[in-house]
Amino acid sequence: MSAKLERLRQKLQEVFGDRIGEPMISHGEVTVMARAANYRDVALELRDHPDLKFEQLIDLSGIDYSAVAGRGAGEPRFAAVSHLLSVTHNWRLRLRVFATDDASPILPTLTGVWRGANWYEREAYDLYGIVFDGHPDPRRILTDYGFVGHPFRKDFPISGYVEMRYDPEQQRVVYQPVTIEPREVTPRIVREEGYGKADGRG
Amino acid sequence: MAEIKNYHLNFGPQHPAAHGVLRLILELDGEVVVGADPHIGLLHRGTEKLAETRTWLQTVPYLDRLDYVSMMCNEHAYCLAVEKLLGVEVPIRAQYIRVMMDEVTRILNHLLNIGTHALDIGAMTMVLYTFREREDLMDVYEAVSGARLHAAYYRPGGVYRDLPDRMPQYQTNRFKNDATVKRLNAAREGSVLDFIEDFTNRFPAYVAEYHTLLTDNRIWKQRTVDVGVVSPEDALQLCFTGPMLRGSGIAWDLRKKQPYEVYDRMDFDIPVGTNGDCYDRYLVRMEEFLQSNRIVKQCVDWLRKNPGPVISDDHKVAPPSREAMKGNMEELIHHFKLFTEGMYVPPGEVYAAIEHPKGEFGIWAVSDGANKPYRIKLRSPGFPHLAALTEMCKGHMIADVTAIIGTIDLVLGDTDR
Repeated sequence: MSAKLERLRQKLQEVFGDRIGEPMISHGEVTVMARAANYRDVALELRDHPDLKFEQLIDLSGIDYSAVAGRGAGEPRFAAVSHLLSVTHNWRLRLRVFATDDASPILPTLTGVWRGANWYEREAYDLYGIVFDGHPDPRRILTDYGFVGHPFRKDFPISGYVEMRYDPEQQRVVYQPVTIEPREVTPRIVREEGYGKADGRG
Repeated sequence: MAEIKNYHLNFGPQHPAAHGVLRLILELDGEVVVGADPHIGLLHRGTEKLAETRTWLQTVPYLDRLDYVSMMCNEHAYCLAVEKLLGVEVPIRAQYIRVMMDEVTRILNHLLNIGTHALDIGAMTMVLYTFREREDLMDVYEAVSGARLHAAYYRPGGVYRDLPDRMPQYQTNRFKNDATVKRLNAAREGSVLDFIEDFTNRFPAYVAEYHTLLTDNRIWKQRTVDVGVVSPEDALQLCFTGPMLRGSGIAWDLRKKQPYEVYDRMDFDIPVGTNGDCYDRYLVRMEEFLQSNRIVKQCVDWLRKNPGPVISDDHKVAPPSREAMKGNMEELIHHFKLFTEGMYVPPGEVYAAIEHPKGEFGIWAVSDGANKPYRIKLRSPGFPHLAALTEMCKGHMIADVTAIIGTIDLVLGDTDR
């Protein structure tokens, strides 16, 4: 398996050179980084180059890196990550592209490369607020009609901002500010380096 | 000349053929569909966001509630992702149990799909037959995990417990007399494995019954042949996986191409369609019944001969046995830490995918070294399939929309997450 991954890595370097970051291999998976400027071209070439042939976009999702442990200052916050699959060569690839502007993240759309990207990009827009430039149908998809905000961002509380109930006086469903407090039973902990080791600090 | 306008029809969210809460805005020109706009998200529970606030282990039961007709397969992908991040070895017996239960789940899922698909387009009887078999397999679920639906049986590191030695039996009550109970219990005298083996022997005859009911039935063929045709190129472009992709003639199955667990030791075939219409996808699923049945048989044989542990003995990941916990301080600490703080997963990201009954179910898990996931992305197979509904429906009659929704094998819990 690792020989195959190495072959894919070499192919990627041959085809793209410095247009993509150094392909990384970990856990038996290859990850490459594209820049927003050449994202679409890289995707097209990944699909069409006879040695790569990633015919299928398996998954595309957004991610918000703002709360990740060990994040350096000034690193971009939002990224779109796609998982590609080549049915011909039977290999997979992860393609990551960061949106440079944290306040209004914009990335080019991949709908022209894989038609199936349509809904995935709508989802990433809905949940993370990443705008896909050139998307044919940029609507929300999973959240309620008239929803405000992007719920999967790390600064969006898990309990949300509004709740819905039936108001018997108005005889319709109304929205009101949430009445529950966010509650965390198990705190999130990242252990320090050397925890539990005899010569460590912990 | 009179001005003729297309009109819009609101299909769902409460419609028996919508398979849950799917809202579909159909644009019609007479009876011909010219556009379809699925509105999803009515069952969106934010599972991915919830997972970020739970420990790695607490997320497992949420996975059952995604695709609530193939519960264990969802857990399987998640456990594979966590194990890959942790680098934990799963005992071989647990791998066999997982493969066997995955295939039982595949049969369960296809039984529901074919039964309700036929029901949707007018063959009332099918669902009665398929639910008869589902009942047996639901009992298997209950016997191994304690729950008929939301099993939470797979755990990172293995499975929760070994297969029980006894199969639960029916008891006489005011609805079932002694003779009925005796007949129902005939196969339930032995262990769960005995019951499953008995089922695998009976099942091919049941599949033959389904074939006589549907395969050459001319109404069924009129409703499915040449409906919702997808070419192989389109299937790849539209991110199709599983029976939807195989129905279009692409022999792609993760169990063969990227085998996980012990699928590389199993002997089975991959059925492939030729025309890419609803009828071919139906035939693919029918053949998968028999192939899954074969795999279950092989697993039963192996499991009978090879006892052993079913969960990892790394107590940072899997709990120690109850007995050890009561008599040993260290095990007690392990148990306490595991169920309060949870396990710590080393930083990194993985994508683990399995051949779910509906297609490729994948989990992209990102960890930053905490006791909770940083991000979990669930790649549900139904999502891209439903996205393609618009293209598949265009130019068909309104009645065919139901046939196409049925063939997608839609479960909204899976699509909306």
